[in-house]
Amino acid sequence: MATEILMPALSPTMEEGTLAKWLVKEGDTVSSGDILAEIETDKATMEFEAVDEGTIGKILIEEGTEGVKVNTAIAVLLEDGESASDIDSAASAPAAKAEAPAEAAPAPAAAQSAPEAPKVDLTPDWPEGTPMKQQTVREALRDGMSEEMRRDENVFLMGEEVAEYQGAYKISQGMLDEFGKKRVIDTPITEHGFAGIATGAAFGGLRPIVEFMTFNFAMQAIDHIINSAAKTLYMSGGQMGAPMVFRGPNGAAARVGAQHSQDYAAWYMQVPGLKVAMPYSASDYKGLMKTAIRDPNPVIFLENEILYGRSFDVPDIDDHTVPFGKARIWREGNDVTIVSFGIGMSYALEAAEKLAEEGIDAEVLDLRTLRPMDTPAIINSVMKTNRLVTVEEGWPQGSVGSYISSVVMQEAFDYLDAPVINCTGKDVPMPYAANLEKHALVTTDEVIEAVKKVTYK
Amino acid sequence: MAAKKPSKKPNVSAEELKAYYRDMLLIRRFEEKAGQLYGMGLIGGFCHLYIGQEAVVVGLEAAAEEGDKRITSYRDHGHMLACGMDPNGVMAELTGREGGYSKGKGGSMHMFSKEKHFYGGHGIVAAQVPLGAGLAFADKYKENGRVSFTYFGDGAANQGQVYETFNMAALWKLPCIFVIENNQYAMGTSQQRSTSSAEIYERGKAFGIPGEAVDGMDVLAVKEAGEKAVAHCRSGEGPYILEVKTYRYRGHSMSDPAKYRTREEVQKMREERDPIEAVRALLLTGKHATEDDLKSIDKEIKAIVNESAEFAKESPEPALEELWTDIYATEIPQEA
Repeated sequence: MATEILMPALSPTMEEGTLAKWLVKEGDTVSSGDILAEIETDKATMEFEAVDEGTIGKILIEEGTEGVKVNTAIAVLLEDGESASDIDSAASAPAAKAEAPAEAAPAPAAAQSAPEAPKVDLTPDWPEGTPMKQQTVREALRDGMSEEMRRDENVFLMGEEVAEYQGAYKISQGMLDEFGKKRVIDTPITEHGFAGIATGAAFGGLRPIVEFMTFNFAMQAIDHIINSAAKTLYMSGGQMGAPMVFRGPNGAAARVGAQHSQDYAAWYMQVPGLKVAMPYSASDYKGLMKTAIRDPNPVIFLENEILYGRSFDVPDIDDHTVPFGKARIWREGNDVTIVSFGIGMSYALEAAEKLAEEGIDAEVLDLRTLRPMDTPAIINSVMKTNRLVTVEEGWPQGSVGSYISSVVMQEAFDYLDAPVINCTGKDVPMPYAANLEKHALVTTDEVIEAVKKVTYK
Repeated sequence: MAAKKPSKKPNVSAEELKAYYRDMLLIRRFEEKAGQLYGMGLIGGFCHLYIGQEAVVVGLEAAAEEGDKRITSYRDHGHMLACGMDPNGVMAELTGREGGYSKGKGGSMHMFSKEKHFYGGHGIVAAQVPLGAGLAFADKYKENGRVSFTYFGDGAANQGQVYETFNMAALWKLPCIFVIENNQYAMGTSQQRSTSSAEIYERGKAFGIPGEAVDGMDVLAVKEAGEKAVAHCRSGEGPYILEVKTYRYRGHSMSDPAKYRTREEVQKMREERDPIEAVRALLLTGKHATEDDLKSIDKEIKAIVNESAEFAKESPEPALEELWTDIYATEIPQEA
């Protein structure tokens, strides 16, 4: 049957083009790969090749014609034994049409003007009467990882200095002895490469824990974290993904300057496909680490060097896990809600104590995970206190706090008695000088001041 | 093309030779059809065709065993067909339909098959190199005797992560075959203008990784080199590099006017070095097949490709609910 040769789309955005020149004429025989014509797109002049073999029966669009729409018939190709008289029937056959693009995705449900109190999971992390022990964050992290490595032999730890050196920050102390070099692996200093290898190992059925000596160095590896680990489940239609943990200290330590002091909470929190934990206390470091290792998705686990040596009560039980997406109320109060996470909790709790002395009763929430985020817990608290202050060490523009503010504005606007204030690190690279560094971070005084502002005190 | 010819007559049966002819032809005809559907607006975005390079993947698949893994770049249609993925599912992914391998959510550059051990389809140049070594890491960890074919181009060979990976793959003796598909152009930049060394495989020497150049227009030479590389990796001696010298007839992607090389250069390659024509000649002169035999293969392939195009047109677009699925897994999505 005679077939129509259609004006081709020759770029992702082309809708029409100029048929600059015919390189064949009526009666010519052509075979697959022969150049039929030159076509000008908005970007370039392209050669247009024949796909099928046959004879050019009729040229329908003259050369030099501008604005020829994609999929317009530009010529008719005859197969063996056909003549030009067959053309009419072919020309009347409908040309293939590109499908119309899918309808736009439904818009998110409009915010309700008068929300009901959201459902909040208030079950305690451990039952009353559970025996407790004092542990540092460092020990809790090690125990969390080690317990999971005993439980599943596909879990392994890799990173710089994690094995023989016992960890740059001594998090993996003793783990080489217990698990051997097959499962506790020193890597060369090559973040991009080993993050990729670990992601591939996760595709291949293992459960890697990747330690970055600090998250600052993970910028070298961020392509694999986001493009390879976070997106593969979606891009494969659910066939494969990367069950793994990327962990290490994040944010400012002390006096290490701009390149070693960045807080990445807001960056990673933005990425669908990732889960993001940023714990404060030792029990959460342990419980969330165990949950992270068991999770079938890539988890970013943001630790803090200053917290490593701090001690907290940790439940002394066999299998202490903490679910993702469940905030912890550290302090109940009625006058204002202070929301924080990670080391930001230090400022939040200290401010709340000082405020209590002045008769201001703050409720303090520790988000623990930023994705999923327990926004119902925030809303619930704001519906009680009608005031909100967020606290983090990261930069202000596009901060975690600014996201929380927008959620609260959309879902609990009528409950707010004052604008939300975000206490953040200053909008500057981290300076080295001791006095400047202290000022660059968020301070307890700033939190106190913000609370007084929203409570009009 | 200073690549080695097979040193002796390779030991393949007429049936095997016919199978290579068939598999290469399937890729060629499939890609031509994809080009056509792109022109009709049925395939969108980027679409990188494999025409001219068919012998590379068909030769290496002939050296693979069940359970071996493969991973490649965005020029991935040929790899998927060669490892046995369903042409209907591949074409329907190209048209962004529900029947595609990724339910229409991946597209030309991002397709996967757990069943066929095909780990993508990666759109970031060279990202698949450490990922492929990671697959090999998992195989070594599990001591399952499998190897991973990690394909990348001459362009990707200039990315830093390739050498980070070479270092660790050699250090940890990972069973990974690095296949450099050298088609001589990194998009529009020739190897000469982009790459300091003429023989890219020699870069492995710095890491103690053995390697060789292979004539990528000769499917039998590729198969023979592949078998050697596989044997090396499976014996536990670590990675191996094959620099397979090949040529892409079409542009880098569908929207490439290919002004960086002459029409004559392409034409000469097509006429003198075409990998499919070479096998066809071998089959006919050796009397392993008649013209009629080959015609019936051509016919079979045409039917498969036409069916895939029909399937890809008729398969519905994914339901809007699919926008929100497969973002998080609730259980481990692959075999542990």
